[in-house]
Amino acid sequence: MDHIFFFYFAAVIATTSVLVVALRNPVYSALSLLIMFFHVAGLYVTLHAEFLAAVQIVVYAGAILVLYLFVVMLLSIKSEERYHNQLPVAGLLGVMLCTEVILLLIQSRTAASAPAVSADPVAGAGNTETIGEALYSTYLFPFEVASLILLVAMIGAIILAKKDLNEHVQQ
Amino acid sequence: MTVPLSYYLVLSGFVFLTGVVGVLIRRNIIVILLSVELMLNATNINFVAFSEYFHNVAGQVFVFFALTVAAAEVAIGLAIIIALHRTNSSIYIDDLNLLKR
Repeated sequence: MDHIFFFYFAAVIATTSVLVVALRNPVYSALSLLIMFFHVAGLYVTLHAEFLAAVQIVVYAGAILVLYLFVVMLLSIKSEERYHNQLPVAGLLGVMLCTEVILLLIQSRTAASAPAVSADPVAGAGNTETIGEALYSTYLFPFEVASLILLVAMIGAIILAKKDLNEHVQQ
Repeated sequence: MTVPLSYYLVLSGFVFLTGVVGVLIRRNIIVILLSVELMLNATNINFVAFSEYFHNVAGQVFVFFALTVAAAEVAIGLAIIIALHRTNSSIYIDDLNLLKR
C-alpha cells in the first residue's frame, strides 16, 4: 500500500518537474510546479510529516507560486521560441549525472537497508508539538536568524522594486 | 512493507538534476527561478525522508529554514526581475550582456 502511494507521488513529481523545465510558456511552467508542490505535500503525509505538508501547501502553493504568477502576468511574458545555446552540453551533463546518481544508489541499497534508529526516537515524530518543541528549544538561534533573513528580504524587495529611488535620494 | 530510503534519494536526485538542467538551458529568468525552487524541493524531500528514517525531528526543522530561505529568495529575485524589466525591457539572459559590450 505504501509502495502504491509512493510510486504515484513519485511519478507525478518527476513528470511535472520535467514539464516545468520543458514547457515554453512560463504560466504553464508555474502551474505544473503547483501540481508538483501538492504532490510533494502528499509525499510528506506518507512520511508522517503532516504539519510540513500543510505548511508546504500554504507557503509554497499559496504564497510563493502566487507571487510567481503575479509577476508573470505583470510583465506579460511571451513564451520562449528556443532554449539557451548551451542546451546540448547541459542535457548531456544532466543525463550523465542522473544515471550516476541512480547507479550509485542502486549499488549501495543493500548496505543501507538496516534501519539505524537514533538514541532517542521521537514518539510520533512529525506532529506539530514535537516540531515546535525542537524549534523553540534546540534551534532557537537559527529560528531568530531566519526571522532576520525574512526582515532583510522584505526591506530589500521594497528597495529594489521601488521605482524612482535615486531621484528621491538626490533631492 | 515501508518504502526503502533509496527510493526517496533517487526521486530527489532526479528532481534536483532536473532543476540543474533547467537553470542551464532556459533563457527566461522567471523559469530559472522556478528551477531553483525545484532544487530546493528536492532537498526538502531528502530532509523529510531522512527524518522519518532516523526518527529524528531535526530534518523537519531544517525544512522550515529552507522554506524561509526560499521565501526570501523569491521576494528578492522577483524584485530584481521587475527592476531588470524596467531598465532593460527584457528578461532573457541572452539580452543581459552589458559587460560584454
